[in-house]
Amino acid sequence: MWDYTEKVMDHFMNPRNVGKLENADGVGEVGSMSCGDALRLMFKLDENQKICEAKFQTFGCGSAIASSSILTEMIIGKTLEEASKITNENIADELGGLPREKMHCSVMGREALEEAMIDYYTKQGKEIPCTLIKQDVEICHCFQVKTSTVRNAVLQYKLKDIEDVTHYTKAGGGCKQCHHDIQHVIDDCWEEMGSGLVQLESKPVGNGDSELIRELLENDIARALRTDGGDIELVEIRGKEVHVKMIGACASCPSSQATIKGWVEAQLKENVDSDITVIEVKS
Amino acid sequence: MSKLEFPNCPSELIYMDNNATTIVAQEAIDEMLPYLKLNYGNPSSIHKLGAAAGNAVDRARDQVMNLLGVESPLELVFTGSGSESDNMAIIGTLHAYPEKKHIVTTVVEHPAVMGLCRELEKHHGIEVTWLDVDSKGRLDLAQLRDSLRDDTALVSVMAANNETGVIFPYEEIGKIVKERGIIYHVDAVQAAGKLPLNMSSSTIDLLSISAHKLHGCKGVGALYVRRGTKLRPLIVGGHQERGRRAGTENVPGLVAFGKACELAAEQLENENSFVRNLRDRLENKIIATVPDCRINGVVDKRLPNTTNISFDYIEGEGILLMLNLAKIAASSGSACTSGSLEPSHVLKAMGIPFISAHGSIRFSLSRFNSEAEVDYVAAVMPQIIEKLRSITPFNQERKTF
Repeated sequence: MWDYTEKVMDHFMNPRNVGKLENADGVGEVGSMSCGDALRLMFKLDENQKICEAKFQTFGCGSAIASSSILTEMIIGKTLEEASKITNENIADELGGLPREKMHCSVMGREALEEAMIDYYTKQGKEIPCTLIKQDVEICHCFQVKTSTVRNAVLQYKLKDIEDVTHYTKAGGGCKQCHHDIQHVIDDCWEEMGSGLVQLESKPVGNGDSELIRELLENDIARALRTDGGDIELVEIRGKEVHVKMIGACASCPSSQATIKGWVEAQLKENVDSDITVIEVKS
Repeated sequence: MSKLEFPNCPSELIYMDNNATTIVAQEAIDEMLPYLKLNYGNPSSIHKLGAAAGNAVDRARDQVMNLLGVESPLELVFTGSGSESDNMAIIGTLHAYPEKKHIVTTVVEHPAVMGLCRELEKHHGIEVTWLDVDSKGRLDLAQLRDSLRDDTALVSVMAANNETGVIFPYEEIGKIVKERGIIYHVDAVQAAGKLPLNMSSSTIDLLSISAHKLHGCKGVGALYVRRGTKLRPLIVGGHQERGRRAGTENVPGLVAFGKACELAAEQLENENSFVRNLRDRLENKIIATVPDCRINGVVDKRLPNTTNISFDYIEGEGILLMLNLAKIAASSGSACTSGSLEPSHVLKAMGIPFISAHGSIRFSLSRFNSEAEVDYVAAVMPQIIEKLRSITPFNQERKTF
C-alpha cells in the first residue's frame, strides 16, 4: 500500500468541489484510459476575473482524486494569471507530498488546469499567454531525463519499446520505476503518429532549405527582434520542426509564443516550406 | 457528498487476498517452532540434532508428496519459492537440452514464468511462443498444437490463473505435449490445495508449488520432477536435495510446509464446498446489488476461492483504499495499485476494455473466512462503488474523453 499523507487520504475520502459546473467559463479534460486516470476540471470567473467556482470529476487512483480536489481549492480566489503559476510540484506540496510513482497525478492536475485556461482563452477569442505552455516534467529521476526528451526521441527515431528509449535517452536505465510512464509516452507518440497528428513520412527539409532557415533566422528575424531588446537562436532542425530558443527580452515576454507562431513561423512557412512548425526550446 | 461510514466495521481485518499470500495455519506454526528453538540442527550433520532435522525434512517431504500424489521422494525437490521452482524447471530443462531453443507458454502466466521467458527471449537466444487467451481467459488448444516444434524444449503452462482463478485444462494440454515427447511444466502455485493433483496418473513432468499460498511460510517451495526427466540444477554447491538444489534446508519452513500440505489435503473437500459457497455468495450478492459490474474469466472453470470483478467507470486503487478503511483486504488488477504500476497483463490479454479493467477487484478467500465476513463485504461494496462513481467523469453514456 502507498504511503499517503493524511491530507491525501482526507482529500480522497472527502473530496472538495466534486461534480459538474454548469456554464463553466473554462473546461479542461486530460488523461488517458490506458494509463487509468482522467480528469475534467471546470471553473467560473467572477466580475473581478477571479476564479469564484471550480469543480472536478476524476477517474483515477486515490492520489489522482486528492490532487484534483486540492487543486480546486488552490485555484479558487485566484486570477487566471495567478492560477497559471501553480506547478505540479505545488499541488504535491500542498498535499504534504506524494509518493514518487504518483507524481504523475499532480502533473495531470497541472495539465487539466492548462487545458481549462486554454479553453477559456480560446472561447473568449483571446491570445493564449505563454505561461500556459506545457510544463516539462522529469520522467526518469535516476538520470534526470525530461518527458520532452523522451517524446522527441520516440517521434524522431520511431522508438518502439522502453529498452530503445533507454538506449537513446538513458531514461529508464536505473530503478525502472518510470517504465510505466515511458510506456505511455511511447503509446501516446505512436497514437499520434498513427492518427497523422505527427507526420511519419514527412520529408525533412533539404540541405538548401536548412541554410535558408538559418539565414532568415539569423538575419531578418533576429534583427527585427533585436530592435525590441530580444533575440532568437536556432537550436536545431528536426525534419520539418525548427527548434528555437528565445533570448533576452523575448525569453520573458508574455507574448513570445504569439511571436513564434504568428510571426517567426509565418515567415519560415512563407519563405521556405509551408509545412514547417517552429518549436520553442526553454532553457 | 455523503460521508462513507462502515457501521459494522469489524475490529479485525477481513482477509480476502489469499492468492497473494495466506495466514500460516496455527498447526503449522506449532510444528515448526521446535525447529527454531530446539532442533536447530543442520540435516547434513551426523549428530543427534542433525538427525532430528533430517527426519523432519523427510517427514515434510512425505506430507507434500501426499498432497500432490507423488510416488517417490526422489521426485520432489524443495526450493526457496514458487518462482525458484519455475526458474529451475525452465532453465534446468533448457540446460539439459542445449540443442533445443524454443519454449511455449501463455500470455497470462505469473511474472515468475513470464518475466523469465521474456529474459530468455531477449538475452539468451531462446524463441518463445506466447499462447493467447480469449475474452474469458481460455486457451486455444489448436494454437498450442500448432506451436509445438522439433526443437521445443518445454511447454510451461499454469494450472490456474492467480488473478482470475481460471483453470487451464492442464491434463488435456499435457496429452498434446507428451504426444510430441516434449517436457511439460505446470505452475500449480495457485492450484495446489484447491484442486486435486495426482502426479502418479498425470501427464505433468515438472510441477511448481509454493508454501505460502496454502497456509505455510514464505520462502519455501517445491518442484516435482517426474522420474527420468532430465534437469540441470539451478543452484549448485552442496549435495542437498541429491545435488538438485544446493543450500542448507530451511528446516522450520519445510516442517510448516509439510504440515500445511497435510492440512490442505484434509481440507480439499472443504475448499470445494465451504470456500466455494462463500465465494459464490459474495459474488452473487455483489452482482445483484452493484450495477455495471461483471465477473472476469470463465465462470464455471475457476478456482473455488477466487473472484475477479470489474466495476466500470472507476479505478481499482480507490476501491482498495476504501476497502482498507473498512478493514477489508483485497487486491486489484488496476495500474495504480501497490508495488506495480503496470495494468494487469492478464485482463489486458483477455481484451477487457480499459474502462472495466482498471476497476477490477480480486477477492480470494480461504477456509478462514466466514459467512458473516462475506455478508459484511457484500454490504460495504455498493456504497464504495457508488461513492467513487459520484466522482468519476465517466458513465454509461460517456466512456472516455
